[in-house]
Amino acid sequence: MSDITKQSLSELVKNIKDKKLSSEEVTKAFIDRSEKSKELNAYITEDYSSALEKAKKFDQKPNLDLKLPGIPMAVKDLFCTKDIRTTAGSKILNNFVPSYESTVTQNIWNEGAILLGKLNCDEFAMGSSNETSFFGNVQNPIDKNLVPGGSSGGSASAVAGQLTPITIGTDTGGSIRQPASFTGTVGLKPTYGSCSRYGIVAFASSLDQAGPMAQNVKDCALLQEVISSYDSKDSTSIDFKRNIYSKELTNNIKGKKIGIPKEYRVDGMPKEIEELWQKGIRYAKDCGAEIVDISLPHTSYALPTYYIVAPAEASSNLARYDGVKYGFRAKGENLIDMYEKTRSEGFGAEVQRRIMIGTYVLSSGYYDAYYLKAQKVRKLIKNDFDEAYKKVDAILTPSTPSSAFKIGEKKDDPVSMYLNDIFTVPVNLAGLPGISIPAGHDSKGYPLGLQIIGKAFDEQNILNIAYAMEEKIAFKNNITDWWIK
Amino acid sequence: MSIDLKTIKHISKLSRISVDEQKAEKLAGDLNSIFKFIEKLNELKTENVEPLTSVAETTLKLRADEIKSKNIREQIIKNSPQDNEDYFVVPKVIE
Repeated sequence: MSDITKQSLSELVKNIKDKKLSSEEVTKAFIDRSEKSKELNAYITEDYSSALEKAKKFDQKPNLDLKLPGIPMAVKDLFCTKDIRTTAGSKILNNFVPSYESTVTQNIWNEGAILLGKLNCDEFAMGSSNETSFFGNVQNPIDKNLVPGGSSGGSASAVAGQLTPITIGTDTGGSIRQPASFTGTVGLKPTYGSCSRYGIVAFASSLDQAGPMAQNVKDCALLQEVISSYDSKDSTSIDFKRNIYSKELTNNIKGKKIGIPKEYRVDGMPKEIEELWQKGIRYAKDCGAEIVDISLPHTSYALPTYYIVAPAEASSNLARYDGVKYGFRAKGENLIDMYEKTRSEGFGAEVQRRIMIGTYVLSSGYYDAYYLKAQKVRKLIKNDFDEAYKKVDAILTPSTPSSAFKIGEKKDDPVSMYLNDIFTVPVNLAGLPGISIPAGHDSKGYPLGLQIIGKAFDEQNILNIAYAMEEKIAFKNNITDWWIK
Repeated sequence: MSIDLKTIKHISKLSRISVDEQKAEKLAGDLNSIFKFIEKLNELKTENVEPLTSVAETTLKLRADEIKSKNIREQIIKNSPQDNEDYFVVPKVIE
């Protein structure tokens, strides 16, 4: 089978279970394609030879009852992997080799999957274009010199470019859904507390969530079912009854009430996005859903709130990088000088900017005016959703205010870069699940995504809606393999 | 409100990130445009709103105070940029 890498995760699992393909064949196919795809710069660290060894070992005694039997998979380099370098896209962790495994990746290996390597991302997941990575820009398989989105840019590029059948990212303000939208793939940000944060390099602890990124909704549901678990090692992990998402997946969404929030019709939104949204509404109706107009009045305050809360938490989380216990160390004349030079040389510009914002809003005299204020507005944003969910089962919005942009286009204007996350950030602030599915193309032929937001712990419902709509939309990604010589 | 160079120097000290003049000026420009964007929150009256500190509405679970990882000194030390096998080493702090 020469088209192994074209198969979806579900097809690969079936072919391995039916013994039509071996893990070694599948692993080798993805390694070969990854080797030919260096120009995408999707990988930070490759682990191919040990992946092949593990695949051979799997084939000798295949356990076909597992959910991901012998499936190779690359993961975002924000997940700590035991004995494999984990950088978070930063110079400061360039040489960091964890002695432990994140719970989410451990759940994946427990179901039989095999690590291919670690995928590029914005430094400490701070960015919307993968341009803040110490390891360089990532190319979007859709077109040359196009950003894949961020921060899970390497993950999105690797799934869209078929370097891995499926992957995981993390989403603090849109870092799974925005790159999924930019690359024509599916990305789910689960409810806060669904997937353990243990072993994930921390950015903003009250917002961070890991989630699956896939070629289709069914694959996404299967990986979500594998990675979501209660974990006592994460104090905010929540012990709720988790569905068997892929088994319970249905395209019957008759009678579901889907809300359309008028505040998401933002100033200056391109006509193409509005048209996509209208198309989405028609598809939802065709699937038997009932469309309800709703209001989320504090939507426009979500981004300013996020840019206080997230940097504040980041400045505190990143205080640990001091050049003493692990990571990069610069030479200094004394201890303080060593700290200051280490952090100045070890962190990139965007990370330093956010640490500075966070330090400022938490500093004496400004805490109430900024941080406390933001926490109060965050409450109002969550109340908006609580109110809306008295009337509807889910909410439909565009995933992003535009399609993917060119590398370098927004790099020097932080605020315009931040605006990318305008539709995704409110979901993180309220701790809700949200999924982005590809829904169309703009005039340049670049993919555009629609976002379905659910009630807390209602992943099954938004997966079902996404599954039903995916069938109607019948999206096709135009990938020409331009980077393969 | 405007963030001046003096404030940038102060924040850089608190953040333990050294900045030279050029970087301080760039940061002042960036932070001012970001804070202008953040000021929008002042449009809202929030006196009677409870701050939201966590969306996970559960009380933290208690656990027994037990040591679970033993004999991991080597694992902990192995990633340090400078070590002498037993300790983390930092520049001299006592004269």
